[in-house]
Amino acid sequence: MKKILALVLACVLALSMVACADTSNNGGNAAQTGDAQGNNDGAFTGYIKIGGIGPTTGGAASYGTAVMNAIKLAVDEINAAGGVNGMGFAFEWQDDEHNAEKAVNAYNTLMDNDMQVLIGTVTSAPCIAVVAEAKEDNIFMLTPSGSAVDSIAAPNAFRVCFSDPNQGVGAANYIKENNIGTKIAVIYNVSDPYSNGIYEKFKAQAATIGLEIVAAEAFTNDSATDFSVQIQKVKDSGADLLFLPIYYEAAALILTQADQANLDVAMFGCDGLDGVIGQLGDKAALAEGVMLLTPFAAIGATDEKDIAFTNAYKAAYKDEIPNQFAADAYDAVYIVKAAIEKAGVTDASISCSDLCDKIIEALDGLTFEGVTGTMTWDIETGEPNKTADAMVIKDGAYVAMSK
Amino acid sequence: MSSFFSYLIAGISLGGIYALIALGYTMVYGIAKMLNFAHGDVIMIGGYVAFTAISTMQQPVWIAVPCAIIACILLGVVIEKVAYKPLRSATPLAVLITAIGVSYLLQNVALLIFGSQARNFTSVVPDDFSVSLGSINISGETVVTILASVAIMVALTLFVNHTKSGKAMQAVSEDRGAAQLMGINVNRTISLTFAIGSALAGVASVLLCSTYPQISPYTGAMPGIKAFTAAVFGGIGSIPGAMIGGVVLGVIENLSKAYISSELSDAIVFAVLIIVLLVKPTGLLGKKINEKV
Amino acid sequence: MKKFTLSKPAKDRYITYGMLAVIALVVQLYITYGDASRSFKGLLVPTCVYILAAIALNLVVGISGELSLGQAGFMCIGAYVGSTFSVMTEELIASSALRFPLALLLGGMVAAVFGFLIGIPVLRLRGDYLAIVTLAFGEIIKSVFNNIYLSTDKNGLFFSIGVESKANHEFDAATQVDYIKGAMGISGTPRDSTFLICMVVIFIAMFVMLNFIDSKQGRAVMASRDNRIAAEAMGVNVTRAKMTAFVMSAFFAGVAGVLYSHNLNTLQASTFNYNLSIQILVFVVLGGMTKMRSVMIATIILYVLPEALRGFNLSNYRMLIYAIALIAMMLINNSAAIKRVREFLRAKFARNKNVGGEV
Repeated sequence: MKKILALVLACVLALSMVACADTSNNGGNAAQTGDAQGNNDGAFTGYIKIGGIGPTTGGAASYGTAVMNAIKLAVDEINAAGGVNGMGFAFEWQDDEHNAEKAVNAYNTLMDNDMQVLIGTVTSAPCIAVVAEAKEDNIFMLTPSGSAVDSIAAPNAFRVCFSDPNQGVGAANYIKENNIGTKIAVIYNVSDPYSNGIYEKFKAQAATIGLEIVAAEAFTNDSATDFSVQIQKVKDSGADLLFLPIYYEAAALILTQADQANLDVAMFGCDGLDGVIGQLGDKAALAEGVMLLTPFAAIGATDEKDIAFTNAYKAAYKDEIPNQFAADAYDAVYIVKAAIEKAGVTDASISCSDLCDKIIEALDGLTFEGVTGTMTWDIETGEPNKTADAMVIKDGAYVAMSK
Repeated sequence: MSSFFSYLIAGISLGGIYALIALGYTMVYGIAKMLNFAHGDVIMIGGYVAFTAISTMQQPVWIAVPCAIIACILLGVVIEKVAYKPLRSATPLAVLITAIGVSYLLQNVALLIFGSQARNFTSVVPDDFSVSLGSINISGETVVTILASVAIMVALTLFVNHTKSGKAMQAVSEDRGAAQLMGINVNRTISLTFAIGSALAGVASVLLCSTYPQISPYTGAMPGIKAFTAAVFGGIGSIPGAMIGGVVLGVIENLSKAYISSELSDAIVFAVLIIVLLVKPTGLLGKKINEKV
Repeated sequence: MKKFTLSKPAKDRYITYGMLAVIALVVQLYITYGDASRSFKGLLVPTCVYILAAIALNLVVGISGELSLGQAGFMCIGAYVGSTFSVMTEELIASSALRFPLALLLGGMVAAVFGFLIGIPVLRLRGDYLAIVTLAFGEIIKSVFNNIYLSTDKNGLFFSIGVESKANHEFDAATQVDYIKGAMGISGTPRDSTFLICMVVIFIAMFVMLNFIDSKQGRAVMASRDNRIAAEAMGVNVTRAKMTAFVMSAFFAGVAGVLYSHNLNTLQASTFNYNLSIQILVFVVLGGMTKMRSVMIATIILYVLPEALRGFNLSNYRMLIYAIALIAMMLINNSAAIKRVREFLRAKFARNKNVGGEV
């Protein structure tokens, strides 16, 4: 009896929300997707509905937000430039809070709203859950940044970024071949599948090719502020190279604290490190000399496409510098566009499954030139074939490393 | 040996931050008997205010820091008035859940205003505050954090024991009903406690963000939990207990990272906590309360 | 005139069972024959999982009056044990009708064992100290499971805590199968959880728990919750009864974890963080902490609310609205003014009923 009032109130609230939701779905897909700003609205024969899933709240929100922003940017650009084969792109985003269960809920909502292509999910673990669903629906799924092997464990799932093992092995080989370091220390995030996955393969590859790992120090998402102990241990180990398979936020803190502790070693990272210059802000000088293997670099980009993308992104989102996630997502939209163009799909009312078959057929043999490099796909595995450039940070910008 | 000292100092530095936050927790718990789970998020808001003042509005530190503290006090008092005061007679759990709601609210408001990207925070402590002991370098932030937490601990102890308002707080903490009968304004005393607790959050926000120079909408969440742990560790409600609990927790965390396992250090810290509570069920300095029938 | 009358608690119990049966029937008919949306179907199993976890927690928080913040830890244990079992025996026991109940039982039992172990020290503590120890326990579980690796190859089983020893281990690559992969957790759990199975499990759980509450032990626990000193003075020994409640709660939380893990293709320890425990606690507190039925209803509303907000064009405001709704519900539920209004309404309602009776 006591709680009935509140419960009834909540019920009414929830029901009214659902009711509102229904009307908004029937009436205003355009409002939801923000695709109608293009002046040539109405010139399109129909809209291909792209869905996106990723964290825009919670601890991983910065990654999901970057992807969401970049997809929006690309969709708006494509619609403004006349669309694809006479069709426009519509876009709807759902938040998954970096949680597999919520990602599946988000996926179901998008399917209810007639999604035809999925760009997502952003983070690896939720991606694995969604892949299982997408496999049953046979919807084309292209994850910009889900880097775990299992993230694309379905014939209809592809990715834009590198896989974790690929990066771990690649980093070890690059260090060995170019003789960057002999005694390697590693600081990695044990609670993050990305970081953990790279480290595991890096370590195995290092043993195979004879790289010596003198220190391996972990941290977790819950203790990602204080790195003094890890840095001190790296210092004591006598390492000459510090390998950082982590994201740029933690890396910025490590660089700051390493500077305070007078740690003087070369540092080497993977694509997650991109963004570290912006993150350091006025202390960007600390990143001087940091090396990373990355297919995209916003600062100091020389490639025309990269510059155009960086400028467009900054103009659209309050001068924010696009990171790796944004670049991958931006490419993802253009990959879908290229594949649809090649497949010659002109009817936007095509079912997601038919569209998926056509896109995969088109992807076979397609060479795509995007901001994250030139790539082709292995149709069997869904992995992209592209090269990562070794960059070094010099005077606050990325410069290609001379071999 | 020198690395041991550097681990120790890093631990004390981390612990100083925990202690500072734990002092706020313990004040509110001791007097209002509620776990203010939104404390960490008040700290986060304070950090954003300082960030806005320093980086966006280009104000000097001596303006930014008071701004952050005042903002925290205002926020704390408003939260107390709107969300906690109506629940004065409700069960402690109801207040706890409301505090969690406030915590979600603050995080999501910050997310909407400042975005999800972690921002780079410019330290408010000048570089020349740092101290060198042989090969060990103690950063200025650590020095200021330790000094600030000791000073605050002493000031709070004096305040609680030697001023009229402080004694009123003790009385309210002891027996709310009896205090009211003695003519103490219980509501005002609890509001004052919140104001003080939030002021401490303001100080903590500036020092937390200076030591680990980044701020995001979730900056306050984890330090909040750790500091809550520290407050319990030291005996929740006890002012010196919060200080000791914070420092000990920081030292344990860093030593376990250094000597046992950096992968499992979170687990080790909590395991030590469980053991301490089993040996001393009311924390290091907690009072054993005899229950009245 | 009725021929027989039920005691009030018994009547109450039958209302609960009836409600469960009606929900199960109506929803099952709707998803089989009706035009249910995908999101509706997708939300069914998670909602059931949280109902189970919440009513199990209510046994500790509401009935025993102890604040536990470690529910997610027990779910984590159940999920990992159940999932590992299912993944490893998927070929051995082909029939999910046999395998899944075993997984449920196993996951629940292991969680219960941990509940017993943690219960021995925990139940000596009181109030907020108990809360912090259970919170610590949950964090330890999360942190340890995050570091577990389990693989097999032709040389047998390999188990380690920490990635180091796995990276150093020589595997036979041709026969290597990774079951638990550290932070990546477990992938490919068979998706055996269905709405009907969940409802059956909830029904059983409800039956067991309501019987416990009405038993001698249950009354002892509640007496101690209301006034410990008085209860002790009356010679009620509650330690054993409290332990029973705690272990039972851990068992069903573990079962909820198994249901959870068999609904998704992937499982990570990081899901079972302190926020999840808090989330479940919110369900319990908003459900009033006494009646299992109200906890169930509160869970449904609070879990569905943020999901229902998805369809709305809100994206960023979704969680904000949820937070405001949560605070508002707590205030409305507990504020003195509302209480007065409610008392007034109740008095009026009661009078009317009496009047009606006389006529």
